[in-house]
Amino acid sequence: MSVLLERLAEVRKSGNVAQLAEAIPYARWMRIAPENGTGELLTRMRYHGDLIGNTFLPAIHGGTLGAMLEMAAIFHLLWETETETVPKIVNITVDYLRSARPVDVIASATVTKQGRRMVNVFAQAWQDDRSKPVATANAHFLVKSSDDAPPSL
Amino acid sequence: MDKAERLQLFQMWFSDTIPHNKALGLQVIDARRGFASMRLEWRDELVGNPETGVLAGGPLTAMLDGCCGMAVATMLKEPMPFATLDLRIDYAKPATPGKAVIAEAECYRITSSVAFTRAFAHHGDAKDPIAAAAGTFMLGTKGQVTQAQSIGAETKI
Repeated sequence: MSVLLERLAEVRKSGNVAQLAEAIPYARWMRIAPENGTGELLTRMRYHGDLIGNTFLPAIHGGTLGAMLEMAAIFHLLWETETETVPKIVNITVDYLRSARPVDVIASATVTKQGRRMVNVFAQAWQDDRSKPVATANAHFLVKSSDDAPPSL
Repeated sequence: MDKAERLQLFQMWFSDTIPHNKALGLQVIDARRGFASMRLEWRDELVGNPETGVLAGGPLTAMLDGCCGMAVATMLKEPMPFATLDLRIDYAKPATPGKAVIAEAECYRITSSVAFTRAFAHHGDAKDPIAAAAGTFMLGTKGQVTQAQSIGAETKI
């Protein structure tokens, strides 16, 4: 059983979802973690200087928004679905809607279609105003283990 | 301006002075009109799965976005602010732990409003990709033009 799934089992008992991120080095480095203070699972990317992609505006790097939307989709699948394996990302399409200012970014995710092997997830990210998303994404994940499955977590 | 000087400028404006690209440690390895290439060293902090050491998707996404943007900049004869409009990444196979990743991006079409790019990430053999990307960029976006966005004019590439 993977470290992440073991961690998930612990988190289901403790209720402290932020611990899920601690098992993922990249999430720690990026300061991306899930939270459920409002009862809804959200993923937050804490602002820090290394996220900047345009120092003139200034704006957060688009790549980091794609990265946090992908993490938001993974945390959502781990927490909200009965997955027995760590979801493996197949692809993601990110739409950039507004430039992201140097403050925290928050994301939510929903499952658009749950198949036996494949899941389609929609995620959106915002800053102060949820009705003004900075980026949205659609992603596919394999959720059934197989030797030839694509990469990532 | 010879090639080494040109690559130094690209390194400065596309990695050293863009905080996230610098944090990833992106190295510019090639730039010519319509083409950009970068290298990302494997390291612990970028790993998605600590048991396998496989890189997370995020560093590849950020690198491919940056590399596609650099390919767009090589096409701009006049400095112009631009921003990513959308980016699709297909994760073809896991990156091999410990190995550097190379990204190669092509800007194959540019109009007055939009630039179209394709990119691959691989370990040295472009025919054996880790990830494939398609990115479109909106040209003439708001804000002041950056040095990175002026590099096509500056280097007369």
